[in-house]
Amino acid sequence: MFIRKSIKWFIFPLLALIAVATFISGCGGDSPAAPVPANGTGLTGSISIIGSNTVTPLATVWAEDFMNMHPDVSIGVSGPGSGAGIAALINGTTDICQASRTIKQSEIDDARANGIEPYEIQVASDALSVVVNPANPVSELTIPQLSAIYTGKITNWSEVGGNDATIVVLSRDTNSGTHVFFKEHVVQMAGLASEDKSLEYGPKVLFLPSTEEGVSEVARNPNAIFYPGLGYVTDEVKPLAIKKTADDAGVLPSVATALDGTYPIARPLLYYTDGTPTGVIKTFIDYCLSAEGQAEVTEVGYVPLK
Amino acid sequence: MRLKRNVHEADAIAVTAGGLARRWRLGEKLIEGWIYLAGGLAIVVLLGIIILLVKEGMPIFFDTPPWEFFFGTKWYLVSEPPTFGIMPFFVATLWVTVVATAISVPIGVACAAYMSEVAPDKLRETVKPVIELLAGFPSVVMGFIGLMLLSPLVQSAFNLNTGLSGLTAGIMLAFMSLPIIISVSEDAMRAVPDEFRQASYALGATKWETIWHVCIPAALSGITAAVMLGVGRAIGETMTVLMVAGGALAVPVSPTEPMMPMTAAIASGIGNAVRGGLQYQALFAIGLILFVLTLFVNLVADRVLERQKRRFQR
Repeated sequence: MFIRKSIKWFIFPLLALIAVATFISGCGGDSPAAPVPANGTGLTGSISIIGSNTVTPLATVWAEDFMNMHPDVSIGVSGPGSGAGIAALINGTTDICQASRTIKQSEIDDARANGIEPYEIQVASDALSVVVNPANPVSELTIPQLSAIYTGKITNWSEVGGNDATIVVLSRDTNSGTHVFFKEHVVQMAGLASEDKSLEYGPKVLFLPSTEEGVSEVARNPNAIFYPGLGYVTDEVKPLAIKKTADDAGVLPSVATALDGTYPIARPLLYYTDGTPTGVIKTFIDYCLSAEGQAEVTEVGYVPLK
Repeated sequence: MRLKRNVHEADAIAVTAGGLARRWRLGEKLIEGWIYLAGGLAIVVLLGIIILLVKEGMPIFFDTPPWEFFFGTKWYLVSEPPTFGIMPFFVATLWVTVVATAISVPIGVACAAYMSEVAPDKLRETVKPVIELLAGFPSVVMGFIGLMLLSPLVQSAFNLNTGLSGLTAGIMLAFMSLPIIISVSEDAMRAVPDEFRQASYALGATKWETIWHVCIPAALSGITAAVMLGVGRAIGETMTVLMVAGGALAVPVSPTEPMMPMTAAIASGIGNAVRGGLQYQALFAIGLILFVLTLFVNLVADRVLERQKRRFQR
């Protein structure tokens, strides 16, 4: 009897607590934590960064450095893809969206409809490398050749001077900014005389959920080709020299060739915020753009702004 | 204060049995209500999911007519304008499920027969919980195993261009649906009355003949239900197929090709979808189709299992 009684007294407050907790969590959803002056380093708050898989290694290093300097700030970085990040920005579920492509007009319209004004900040650049297995004899390709490989017109390595083997074409899935950037600048050959906006990835292309998976498949498979950001290139894969057209000289991806503009598929890495950043978010982005922050860019393998 | 009240309560109980009955009835009512509410909640949640799926998924058919959506073979999510045709995904789901079923059913049923008819009690009592534990393996771990261990094996064994294929995904899914198939069909075979076996032995049948001609046919409806549950698991599994199936957009003509089943298509597109946009609606429509498919499979399994139960209930 006593036990039954106590259970009853226990259940009702518990239910009340659950109800209240649900209510509170429902209300206080996505408002970014305002910086409250504290005694320590003076900065508190939390920042969520969602977006590009390419920017993730860099953003993680920045976030760790920043949290070491300001122990009361917490930063969460996740990298499902630029498209996912921009969708999160539009839906108001992230403070900063990291992207490896520029935002589309349709996305800006969606954001404005939700009362969000995307504000763009370039934080670094990337040379988009095209990698193959080290056992592959091919060492350079032109952009039209890459386009033909990715649209499925060229299916055998022997057509581009390699072994007689079927090309295993790897790509990121549609969540990825790299997917979209590569489609516009390589598959559709933007900026070249042969540009064709109607080209799409071919049906035999494998769409992978992460950049790491593509790199590890290339490391294992002698006939695979993939396009990771410069920061993901390891010793187990071989980057190809890229030529704009057959007449140009092949250029290998590196920080130097991206900075002097000779590497043909370099792209900006961007942060998007809702309006101009303020408070702790501004302090964080200022750090990313500072000399120390940009030094980390080279360290991680991307291209600093200057 | 509390002590005093308890003493008082104790008195009340001792004195009036009628008070006790009333108190019991109140408690009973409360708990009854609580259980009723819990049961109702499950139904409300299910209805909510169905309504949400229909509400979010149906509008796509104003943009893309249903026949184009089902039979279209082009899926370009981020193009302007986007094209939605889910035939490749549907066929991929079929292939992966067929491979998974073809592998898991013979192994699963044989394992169940061994455990229920041949294995000593002690062995069964240790092996069965272990197999059931296997069902709780996180699917991302299975995906990782498939990616790192199985896909190179499949690639070299079948001499493929890449190990990321529907076949690899199907094999991984077979491992994942095995525990359900074994567990449920073992229960079904153990539910076969012992008289059946004794009658069979009395006629001079061997153990093998008894298993093959008596136990398995008698438990067939239970085994069918087990298979359906396993199939349901294979259709709905996401993470593993996303990681190892390869994700190509062509309509696969053989299971050794890279492919993207429906679940993987949803998972790889949803991050990019803006609430209420066309892509969002298209992905929800795939979700709706998947839901109907698994619901159908589970309903059939439920029906068959019910019939099995009734058969031996006398």
